[in-house]
Formats: sequence, structure tokens, C-alpha cells
Amino acid sequence: MTDSTDEPQREQITTKIWREEAEPDNPFAASTCYCSGYDVYGDLLGKISLIEYIWLLFKLEPPNESQAKIFESLAVALANPGPRDHSVRAAMNAGVGGSTRASALIAAISVGAGNLGGSREVYTTVQYWQQCGADLKAWQKIITNPPKDERADVWPEFEHTPGFDPNGACCPTPVRQLLDHLCTFDGTDTLQWLKNHRLDLEGYSQTPLTFSGVAAATFFDLEFEPEQAEIIYLILRLPGAAAHALEQEKIGFSRYPFFANGLTLTDDPGPVSCHE
Amino acid sequence: MNERQNIPPGPGLLNQCEDNWHTEMGAIFFGERAVLRGKDIFEAYSNHRWLEFMVSAVTGRESKKTARLIEAMWVICSSYPDPRLWNNRIAALGGTTRTTGALAINAGSAVSEATIYGLKTSKGAIDLLHRFKKELDFGASLEELIHNELKQYRVVWGYGRPLASGDERVAPLMKFAKSIDCGTGPFVKLAFEIGDYLSDTRYKYQINISAVVAALMADEGLSTNEFYYLSSLSFVGGMFPCYIDAINHPEGTLFPLSTGRINYIGAPTDKNWLPGDNQ
Repeated sequence: MTDSTDEPQREQITTKIWREEAEPDNPFAASTCYCSGYDVYGDLLGKISLIEYIWLLFKLEPPNESQAKIFESLAVALANPGPRDHSVRAAMNAGVGGSTRASALIAAISVGAGNLGGSREVYTTVQYWQQCGADLKAWQKIITNPPKDERADVWPEFEHTPGFDPNGACCPTPVRQLLDHLCTFDGTDTLQWLKNHRLDLEGYSQTPLTFSGVAAATFFDLEFEPEQAEIIYLILRLPGAAAHALEQEKIGFSRYPFFANGLTLTDDPGPVSCHE
Repeated sequence: MNERQNIPPGPGLLNQCEDNWHTEMGAIFFGERAVLRGKDIFEAYSNHRWLEFMVSAVTGRESKKTARLIEAMWVICSSYPDPRLWNNRIAALGGTTRTTGALAINAGSAVSEATIYGLKTSKGAIDLLHRFKKELDFGASLEELIHNELKQYRVVWGYGRPLASGDERVAPLMKFAKSIDCGTGPFVKLAFEIGDYLSDTRYKYQINISAVVAALMADEGLSTNEFYYLSSLSFVGGMFPCYIDAINHPEGTLFPLSTGRINYIGAPTDKNWLPGDNQ
């Protein structure tokens, strides 16, 4: 269906997600908003959980009970990577300097978008799942001989197996706890397989499974596309970054690491006489 | 050089690096001085133009000519103050919603890392020229390289342009480049040879400014990444006017959209949410 009949000459935004009906006195204000066919303010509000609504926005249909619980569990697990995480540290740097709150989130998103523990890692790992599925030999092959595009991209090349921590030792307890918890739900064939073969994969990569790896397997079980997984992962990790940024804004820069004695300049011309 | 290079990735490496960052790049000595790549900034760079400093910061090399060429590229090629352009429109939308200038410009700048224009195109173009040049030096034919590129990727970075067929920026940039003794190097020659070939194919792709800029920079000796880094701020010149213009107009008036401008093609709007069910 289309709302375009009265304004055929004007450019439009085409969408399966959102429909609006105008207020009678103002075509620039919506009286009713529909998300994938549901009246957002007349029906969904009060009935739908936030996690179900996020699902609906991306999938255009509701999750079943198991899918909603899996998605919510993942959201809880990812919501705060903690103040040592690179993306949260980026947000806190905004906080301690008194930067705009928006910039704190931009910082968290930008730093948390990368190959190391970031959303690009999730995107790539979901692609790996699409290619390898539950085929252990395929995983061994892709880990030991990762695909390479001979063209340069704006993204740096991976320096480690995506989904695994290059600087890890054993698989950390919270990662295993999340994997174990997610495996209690129906519809988690990929996660079950990952749990059963974690040690094999860790052996191939010589590094332990990490949160981004569990997240990618979860997104694959939930049938999200790699680009959906990439962007949802960014969203789900923001609450902690925001909270830590605001907390550090109040505490201030003087009680936040500056690494004052942590930098060694190895090419230093020394003081120049003309400044004296 | 330091001892950490012998430590493999893992907790041992992180332990070695905790509160211990070794760098040749630079540092501030508060109240005294600052250093970039082994040079005192006040001493070595006070008289540099900003882009000359940037060339040094990114490449570690000094080149007034490269800096001047980049400056001209930014003015001629990537600073159109038109709020309809996708990245500029973000800056302008920031103006119309009264966000801060820095947020608006940085959002527009981040978005400039686009596929149909901007940084992916630029980086793709210089990478293509470097790859082709290497293959040609080994005896490959240009026709075969282009054919393989199209077959494998269905795109040749730097050729063709959304919304237009030709590129009005090519001639003025080449005119400027020649005025400072640039524009006659092997990469520029290659870029136009590819353009000549593609414009005669059924694709009718014309050379666009990305290929020309990439070729000029490759002839200046820039690597793919050096060119990419030095291009990353190239669009902001067009964004500031768009932001300023929008913030000087009444708020919310930049290309407002009435509800009828949404062309909904989704599910029928008669659903009722049943909590907890797979409906």
C-alpha cells in the first residue's frame, strides 16, 4: 500500500517500518504512528517491552517468547562492558573533560565499532557463521586461513580471529556464564554447537572466545543479518558507556587516569634553546 | 624499539604495556614544549601552514607541494556548500535542530566515509591505481585488469558518479595541478587511460574526481593509507556554510517533510499486539 497518491510529484521516503497519519490541522504532525502495522501509541505502548520493540523495528514481526528472552539476555549482558572497556573509556574521556553528552556516545560508538571487541568484529563473525555454520572443518579452515579482500578498505585488516580475544588467556567466566545461560533457551542450535566446540575453536585460534563471539552466535541464531548484528551490538553497549560518562563527569578529571608517567617518548629532541 | 615486541599477544603483553606506552610519534611536556616525530613543534613547525603540518604528521615527510595540492583539492573538489549533498545535509540538519557546530560537522565528517562518494571511493581509487600499476609493471594488460575488476567487484573505484555523468571538477583541478608542476606523473596518466577505456565501454563510466585526486596523490608518493588519512577531513569546508545557513534560518525549516512524504510499503496497519505470543 502507499500514501503517495496525492503527492506524486514529491520525493518520498520509502519504508516498510513506519507509517503516519497526519493530524487534521497539521500535515507535519502525526496523529497516528504505525510500526510494521502496529499502532505505536494506541496499541503497543503499555503492552510491548523495549527489547520486543527493538526486535519489531528490525524484523518487522514480533519475536516468539524464546527469541525475546534470548535477545533480552544478550541486551543485559552487553549493556555495560565496564569502565575498562575501550568504548566505555572513550565515553568517560568525554565525561571528565566536560564534553557534550552526545560526544560521549559518539566516542563510545566510534571506538566500539572496531575489529577488537567492537561491532565490526560481530559483523565479521556473523559472516563466518553464515559461511561455516556447524561445520568444524570449515571453522578450522577459516580460522587458520582467514579470507582476505585484495582491495583496501577503510576498515583495517583483522589482526586476530574475530570473536576471540587476542590478549586473552582462558575463556573468562562471564563469557561462559552468558553462553551457558543462552543455551538454556530453545532455538539456540548455533550457541549449543559453540558451547560444545568452544575448546576446538579456541584451539584453532589459540585465543579464548569473547563476548563479541557469543554475541555473533546469538545474532546468527536469531537470524539477524550481519549488518543488523553490527548496528544492534553498538546500540546495546551504549547504556553502560552513557552511565559511566556521566559518573566521571561528576567525579572529574583529577580522579581519572591520565597516565602521567605512562608515556615514554623514544624520539625526543629535548628542550630547544630558543625557548629559554 | 622496545622489549614488548618480543612478547606474544596475551595477558603478558598487556601487563608489559600497563602504564607503559612507548612512542616515537610525539608528546606534550606541560609548561615547556611539545614534540612531533622527533621535532620540537614550536621550533620546527611554527611557520608551517596547517596542511604542511598535517602532511608531516601523517607521513613523517615534508612537502610544501603536496600540502598545497591537498589544499587546492579541498577547495576545488570537496567543499561544495550544498545542503542537499548527503553528508552536508547532516551538518545542515544539525543547524536546523540547533545542535552544536562540532557535533554537526563531526557527524557529517564521519558520514563522509561513504561508498557511493567520499572516503571509501577515494581510498578505493588510490588502492586500485596502486594495484593496477603494479600489475602493469609486471606486464598485465589494462583491458584485462579492468575487465577482471568489473567481473569480480562490479565497480571500478573512481569511475562513474551518482546523479551525474561527467565531473566538472576534473578540469579545474588538473589546471591547478599543472600550475604547480603536478599532473603529469604515471598515476595520473594511468587514471585517464582507465577513464578513456571505460567511457568507451557499455558502462560509459567517466573518470570522477576521486580517481584524479588519488592519482595526483599517488604521484606525490603517498601510500593508500596516507592518502586516506589526509582525505578524512576534506569535506568539512562545505559543511560549515550549510550548518551556519541552517542555524540562521528559522529552526526546523530545512527540507521539512509532511506525513505524506512517507511512502509506506509495509504490512497492513490493522494489527494488535498480543504480549508474549508469536503472532
